[in-house]
Amino acid sequence: MPTVRVAQHLAHQFPIPRKCVAKGRTVAEVIADLERQYPGVSRYLLEDHAALRQHVNVFIGEKPVADRNGLSDPVSEDVDLFIMQALSGG
Amino acid sequence: MRENVLLGTRKGLIVLARSSNGWNVVGEHFVGAQVTYAVVDHRTGRWWACLEHGHWGIKLHRSDDRGATWEEVPAPKYPDGSEISEGKPASTKYLWVLEPGGSGQPQRLYLGTIPGGLFVSDDSGSSWSLHLPLWNHPSRPSWFGGGMDEAGIHSILVDPRDSRHIFVGVSCAGVFETRNGGETWAPRNSGCRADFLPDPEAEIGQDPHSVAMCADHPDVLWQQNHCGVYRSNNAGEQWETISQSDDESPVHFGFVVSADPSNPDEAWIVPAVSDEQRIAVDRALCVCHTLDGGKTWQTYRQGLPQKNCYDFVFRHGLDVDGDRLLFGTATGATFSSDDRGQTWQAVAPHLPPVYSVRFA
Repeated sequence: MPTVRVAQHLAHQFPIPRKCVAKGRTVAEVIADLERQYPGVSRYLLEDHAALRQHVNVFIGEKPVADRNGLSDPVSEDVDLFIMQALSGG
Repeated sequence: MRENVLLGTRKGLIVLARSSNGWNVVGEHFVGAQVTYAVVDHRTGRWWACLEHGHWGIKLHRSDDRGATWEEVPAPKYPDGSEISEGKPASTKYLWVLEPGGSGQPQRLYLGTIPGGLFVSDDSGSSWSLHLPLWNHPSRPSWFGGGMDEAGIHSILVDPRDSRHIFVGVSCAGVFETRNGGETWAPRNSGCRADFLPDPEAEIGQDPHSVAMCADHPDVLWQQNHCGVYRSNNAGEQWETISQSDDESPVHFGFVVSADPSNPDEAWIVPAVSDEQRIAVDRALCVCHTLDGGKTWQTYRQGLPQKNCYDFVFRHGLDVDGDRLLFGTATGATFSSDDRGQTWQAVAPHLPPVYSVRFA
């Protein structure tokens, strides 16, 4: 399963470990599994209409997520997925 | 008299307590996060904090032990498919005001948000739903942001005599009223002027910065508008301008108005220089007070900075409790009065920008 690494800033605001695993073949599926494990966390990552929040970024390995609205970017079993606050947020 | 004050600030919720030497900071919560509004539900004693994390979005927290512990509850969420305008999905960007329901509604709460949604809870805030009759009001496509990117609801006034009689203030659209519990809403902006519009008397597009109700005389409403100060003595049917000319007093532009809960002729505002500047008038901070329904105003300056001052007060930044008043400014100064505003004492000069002040 993909390993998910979460920014310290988020871990300070919401009870989620800095490193966890979540299953899924796309970014959307991984976030859905995170929500199953840590109810409420998706509201920290997604807008009401399920797009990635404007000032949140997700990297799949070293590559930033391309589909910020549908989160359809594929995620492989052995990849690290990074969730962090975007610098655009100030 | 209430012995605490909740300050919603740019860097957290700050709690003041009253002691023999005045008001002191006694607590801080959510340090670093914007607390856009904080209030106590006086029916239950429960504290509420509305947060805007910047990166992580808006959040809603409640405390049943006066801040010793907090519980995050699901924040209001626009239903799938909601759009601000065609092709522009609606997502909650800002929690601007939280207001308890009226008599006979012990578990009801209202939340005013940007981009313009009124949310309702009937389970003490555990869940929220978008109030569709106002969201679907035919005027809403012409609502627009004033100082914010999108329109928002910042004032919610429930008639103490009738819980089905409610006003909301929307920037920018105007004041709306329902007399049937929200089934239908009607604009109540007659008499107001929007000098920034091609038609200043347009029914929709007014910018009421804040709206206040006299609790014991709920047909008396006060409004600090973008374009002046107004009062209505007939539940918003008609607004009368109570601004003054520059040579009379600084009563014209500002954000906040607070109504005395008993005297329908008494209110306070904190003037500022026009929308183009948003600073203290003549670089000197003052509070203006009327006892005759806005016909005349007293300007109080004692104890407030009168030189090199750029402070102004946001729309929820002043509160009244008996003879006591307390306000916080956009640059983080706080002042209190024990004599209905005539004289002031500095509370804490270097707080973060203050968004809301509420006695608790």
